[in-house]
Amino acid sequence: MNEFLAMSGYGKYLWPSFGLVIGIVVLNLVLAWNSLKAAQAQAKRRLEMQS
Amino acid sequence: MNWVWFHRFGSPPWVYGFARRWAPWIGAAAAIAMGIALYGGLVLAPPDYQQKDAFRIVYVHAPSAMLSLAIYSTMAVAAAVGLIWRMKVAHAAAAACAPIGAWFTVATLGTGMLWGKPMWGTYWAWDPRLTSELVLLFLYLGYMGLRAAIEDPVKADKASALLAIVGIVNVPIIKYSVNWWNSLHQPATRLIGEADMGKGMVWPLLLMFLAFTLYFAAVFLVRLRAELLRRERTASWIREALT
Repeated sequence: MNEFLAMSGYGKYLWPSFGLVIGIVVLNLVLAWNSLKAAQAQAKRRLEMQS
Repeated sequence: MNWVWFHRFGSPPWVYGFARRWAPWIGAAAAIAMGIALYGGLVLAPPDYQQKDAFRIVYVHAPSAMLSLAIYSTMAVAAAVGLIWRMKVAHAAAAACAPIGAWFTVATLGTGMLWGKPMWGTYWAWDPRLTSELVLLFLYLGYMGLRAAIEDPVKADKASALLAIVGIVNVPIIKYSVNWWNSLHQPATRLIGEADMGKGMVWPLLLMFLAFTLYFAAVFLVRLRAELLRRERTASWIREALT
């Protein structure tokens, strides 16, 4: 396990790279979802005000 | 040829429904492909004879770089379609692309720096490939900043579309910078046919390219729905779409 994490001495560069990209993948999903939920809530409020 | 299927993409309610139906399935396929590709790249692929395990950064760096360019190209084409044919959905699509592309440009630069340190001895050099990729980030930020700065959505669409179209000139510069100028960055690696990498290394990379493309499609469709809801605030189809 330690050998796998060490990645022949390049672990300190490799794991932050994977962490950065996985973080961006998750963040993009969360931001897109939040943006959709905010737009839906805004649209619902507008419809309620109209009716 | 019957173009009815294409004309549907100009209809906001149809596109909204399409995005709602397909985003979860595409997202699930992306997650499965990404999981398998990560396992293949980190565990199954053999170490490189020169770079040892540092080469595994390619499994996140190259797909991020591919997306950063592909998303910008998609954004510029959508902006041009919006500008020429005045398609509202096309402007919404261009706007939905920008934040995703900007984040993947950050991922490309970040992973490139982390790979550059052990291979080149430095995190950053004002190299043609690195500098043109940084310019791409500024183009994305400029596009989003311009949209945010103009209150009138029609004017914002037009101005940002022009910037996106002009900025497309940077895409071939990034792609061919390693061939045109002396660069620290390696030239493009052949992955199909007479590949520069062994099969055990190539399949996780090709799968990761597919996973990133599917992931982009899923996130793009979610962002596109949000854009359409904001733009079509007075349209009658909104009530039906929210039920």
